[in-house]
Amino acid sequence: MLPSGKETSRRKGEQTTAGRAERGSHAGDGCSPCRVLVQGKALQGTPGEGLWLVAPAVRRLVFDPSRSRFPLLPLLAQPAQGERGCWSRQRRNHEEPSGSPPQNGRPRSQPGGSRCQMLALGRARARPGRLFPRSRRGAGSRPAPRSRSSARRPRQRKTLRPRAGPGLRRRVSMATPEAAAIGRKRKPAEGREGAGMAAVLPLLLLLAAAGPGRARRDALREELLLSPLPAGDVAATFQFRTRWDADLPRGAVSHYRLFPKALGRLVAALGVRELHLALTQGFWRTRAWGQPPLQAPAGAELWVWFQPTVTDVDKAWKELSNILSGIFCASLNFIDSTNTVTPTASFKPLGLANGTDHHLLRYAVLPREVVCTENLTPWKKLLPCGSKAGLAVLLKAERLFHSSYHSQAVHIRPICRDASCLAVSWELRQTLTVVFDTFSSGQGKKDWSLFKMFSRTLTDACPLASQSKVYVDISPKNKEKELLEVTPPPTSVHEAIVQGDERTYAVYDLLSPSLFNTSRSLNVQLKWKRPQDSSELPTPILHAQRYVSGYGLQTGEISTLIYNTHPYRAFPVILLETVPWYLRLYVHTLTIITKGKENKPSYIHYQPAQDRRRPHLLEMLIQLPANSVTKITIQFERALLKWTEYTPDPNHGFYISSSVLSALVPSVIAMKDVDVEQSPLFTSLFPSSDGSSYFMRLYTEPLLVNLPTPDFSMPYNVICLTCTVVAVCYGSFYNLLTRTFHVEEPSRGGLAKRLANIIRKFRGVPPL
Amino acid sequence: SAQFQLAVPVAVVFAPGSVPGDLPRPLPFRDVQEMEISVNLRPSITSRYETVYRRTTAQEEAALDVATAREADAALHPLQDALLGSLTMYVVPETSSLLPQGINVYVGKHRSALVRAGGGLAALRTRLQQLTQVMSFTASSISAALSDRVPNGQLGPDARRHLKSSLGYEITFSLLNPDPKSHAVDWDIEDAVNRYVQPVLDKLSLVANFSVDSQILYYAVLGVTPRFDKESSSFLLSAHSLPHVINPVEARLGSSAASLYPVLNFLLYVPERSHSPLYIQDKDGAPVSTNAFHSPRWGGIMVYNVEAPASPQVSLPLHVDVDMVRVMEVFLAQLRLLFGLSREELPPDFLLESPGNEGLADWELDRLLWAHTVENIATVSTTLTSLAQLLDKIGNIVIKDDVASEVYQAVASAQSAMAELAAGHLHLAFQASKEAVTSSERAFFDPSLLHLLYFPDDQKFAIYIPLFLPMAVPILLSLAKIVREARQRKKEPTKMD
Repeated sequence: MLPSGKETSRRKGEQTTAGRAERGSHAGDGCSPCRVLVQGKALQGTPGEGLWLVAPAVRRLVFDPSRSRFPLLPLLAQPAQGERGCWSRQRRNHEEPSGSPPQNGRPRSQPGGSRCQMLALGRARARPGRLFPRSRRGAGSRPAPRSRSSARRPRQRKTLRPRAGPGLRRRVSMATPEAAAIGRKRKPAEGREGAGMAAVLPLLLLLAAAGPGRARRDALREELLLSPLPAGDVAATFQFRTRWDADLPRGAVSHYRLFPKALGRLVAALGVRELHLALTQGFWRTRAWGQPPLQAPAGAELWVWFQPTVTDVDKAWKELSNILSGIFCASLNFIDSTNTVTPTASFKPLGLANGTDHHLLRYAVLPREVVCTENLTPWKKLLPCGSKAGLAVLLKAERLFHSSYHSQAVHIRPICRDASCLAVSWELRQTLTVVFDTFSSGQGKKDWSLFKMFSRTLTDACPLASQSKVYVDISPKNKEKELLEVTPPPTSVHEAIVQGDERTYAVYDLLSPSLFNTSRSLNVQLKWKRPQDSSELPTPILHAQRYVSGYGLQTGEISTLIYNTHPYRAFPVILLETVPWYLRLYVHTLTIITKGKENKPSYIHYQPAQDRRRPHLLEMLIQLPANSVTKITIQFERALLKWTEYTPDPNHGFYISSSVLSALVPSVIAMKDVDVEQSPLFTSLFPSSDGSSYFMRLYTEPLLVNLPTPDFSMPYNVICLTCTVVAVCYGSFYNLLTRTFHVEEPSRGGLAKRLANIIRKFRGVPPL
Repeated sequence: SAQFQLAVPVAVVFAPGSVPGDLPRPLPFRDVQEMEISVNLRPSITSRYETVYRRTTAQEEAALDVATAREADAALHPLQDALLGSLTMYVVPETSSLLPQGINVYVGKHRSALVRAGGGLAALRTRLQQLTQVMSFTASSISAALSDRVPNGQLGPDARRHLKSSLGYEITFSLLNPDPKSHAVDWDIEDAVNRYVQPVLDKLSLVANFSVDSQILYYAVLGVTPRFDKESSSFLLSAHSLPHVINPVEARLGSSAASLYPVLNFLLYVPERSHSPLYIQDKDGAPVSTNAFHSPRWGGIMVYNVEAPASPQVSLPLHVDVDMVRVMEVFLAQLRLLFGLSREELPPDFLLESPGNEGLADWELDRLLWAHTVENIATVSTTLTSLAQLLDKIGNIVIKDDVASEVYQAVASAQSAMAELAAGHLHLAFQASKEAVTSSERAFFDPSLLHLLYFPDDQKFAIYIPLFLPMAVPILLSLAKIVREARQRKKEPTKMD
């Protein structure tokens, strides 16, 4: 068993290499030029060159453009050059200023950023009632993560104070599973004061909403959200929520209805409290596409909270990653101590939790992982209806991987069974996000339909689903002009505020009988009434970028740029960096500069690496002033690896996983307490604690770093050369030893005779 | 070389009036009988029946003084020692009314049997011997346990049906509903497992660990399209197409990722509306009464037909509640079969007590333990032999100290298991054989064995080809020259002539 497993993984590695290399060469052409700096001198070159073709000395590369734009180029048909033009222009506008590191160590003002800022202000002004929603009182306040330990925060503000990330939110006040199990009468948040209540209530509401009391004990809800992205692509996000109303199956007997047995057994056997696995191909371009509903880093990401009863967390983690690797056909078995970290603040339980002791958390990213059909098939198999009925019919691998971005995820977490929260249910969320480039594949038109994207249409809902809906984002850019037209007419229209933005959705309820009255199948189509002005790309409030700079193979520098484009609110962000041990970070070179001044992080957690044992872990809480760019740099030295530690394609470089940004982003528009259950989006996974801000997690680009690579053919060359020399020597010795030498009697008077013969030849006389 | 002996302690108890006249010695006395079990294996296996002949005690006499055999069995149970593998046989007078007419042997729920006396000692002896084999092991049960090591020809058709011995088993009940649009099928599997399966597993917990799961799979179809039969207006699945049924379903069943134990699958298939009712036909074309079949070492499948609604305008989906008694009867019978607990063909004068709620009698458990112990020991020997062969073949495998100690442990446990078998301590022998299996598997699958496998000799040779090739050229050339010269020298003398 073992050797064959090894072989598989090896094969997969090779495939990875081939795929990436090809993609790289494609990325070279057609992309907009970005600047590559060589010792202070700006060179113009395509990003592809920066990555793949430029000699190591020039490899001051900016970011990984191949991932950000055409992640699946080998599969994509090459679009005509004319269509590209517009793209390039757009990209230049938006990528260029950020794509190149600010020169002279001073952040440049950003044309794109300021324009978007204006836009945001303009929009705010249009609704005076919502401007300055709850003042900027919270702007300067800096949340201290250490205050997590103190149970009671000062009661000054219930709702306004921006809390840093979900990590700093307290969730401990829920009735615990244990309490529920033994049926103790304990009301949630009993006997707590107002502050605690305020924090608990939205959560309670959410959880209550997530689990309505139903006669059937398990429930499945399926949703599809289609949102046209600002840049012209279309993002389709599927979400399948399966609820399992069972206490943690500790015993030997367990029964599954809708919940997949494979995952249920895993959760039970290994004491998993929460599991989040994401497999992603491509990179979500936050600047061009806006905020993703659920972002994931390129490659495979796995983070797991274990139950407090688990004694050996590392062993359980190892076992879990191996089993998941088997279930999802992914190379998760490569997760070991060298790429596993235990973040202290960035990742907090998303479900019911009794205390957040981060020793029970493990987090790992495999940036090299390539996601393909083999990972999609087992993911689909976990759905109760498979891909036979319901929304999952659209999941045709051929089309899904013919896209710019593909991300599939599995989230398991415990939730309240009902409003009283005396019992625990398990929730499995399977999400799949895919971005189609309808613009380049649709002859320059941004119109799309379900059939064009998936080459299938919807005919029915999954008969097991209690909810089956398709949402289309038809939010108007300007209030007066309706630009889009969707056919067939939606069953209803839903308005919500999602991630600080007002959105309008056309809703198609597949369970409503009227939908399939007129036609047998549902093919949602969207048409733009007039060509969209492509320059009006809104800039997201928070986005980030990362690149490696430096020359030579000895040292280098990782730079991260974090943008806060909010016009007047500052907010803190938690940055998590995981760097493998073979890049030796110099912590004393860590600089954080905002607007030309040093920005001191209010919290730093740094765990140095140990060679071949564990990676560097750097977590910081950084305050981002309003309308600013924060640059974080840290220098590193490249280590020399042992010859067995190199990958099969060492000259390709080594990946460094994305850094993670977690933030509570203040909203420009005041959010009302919407019924999260009704909202089609994924806010229910990351609930907002109050109306003025929303939680967001962003991932930066993964980096590709070259390490000093020896010439691996050298030993063979040396052997060849030495062997040749030895063989030549051997040959001559052999000849000397085995040949017999005859002494030939020199004929007497040889020279005289020859001379005589010549003379005789002259004379015409026969020779002697 | 070691003696492989299975000793069965047997007590033959004579009730008053049943002692045959031609006893060789006065009661009580001991007698040992050895028999070779004809399995083509080395070392050969011998069975040894250590029989104690004695009279009934007063308590036993009182216990035997009841109306029926069942009552006698229940009354005798507390009087026996509960040692696993030991048997007690009560010989009752020929005229006893305990046994029904025409029945000479009654096998109880525990480890005892009632035997009717008569026909002298020789007849009694053959009857007792038959009985002992039924209640402990026969040549065929031992050879079925060793089915992987015995040449094919010697085995009966059922020999490979039994599950292989393992430390644990996973039992999965799956309800397949290929048509959730028309059938909303519900089954109360929790209650059924608690009521019917759990007692059996509690009894079997001595043999292995069991875990039970159930799941419902939707849109899972059989791999075969059934044939429509006009006469009965039903769909038929013929016996020869059954092997093709399982494969497509198996992909959906879900692997047991969390454990390494073998899985026993029991599938309840509710046919699609367009394919019901569906019946399984046996080889002769007659419908199978249970509408179920099993697959050796894999599990069983039962087809559960939903009655068509009386009126065609019934709103779909049709709610179906599965009759779990009917289903569990079939599944439990299949479970027994898969564990090799089939009640073999017995002489007509044998009567077996039904095992009741527990699903299997004590002596059946013993049978299982005998077979599993023998199989475990054979497995250990095979594992260790193949490890040794592997080491002989690949010289650069490193055996670390912990692996070596596992091997020693396995050998020691296997030897102690054999010793306990020869002493007639079935339970201890079984425990030791389990330990031996665990240790030997751990040694065989230790990951450290694989570390240095990546330098095969042919690759080393390939690296040195640049040396070997130029060196070989002059040697070969001179060899050719020698040959040429030798040939010429041979020719030259003929020229001289």
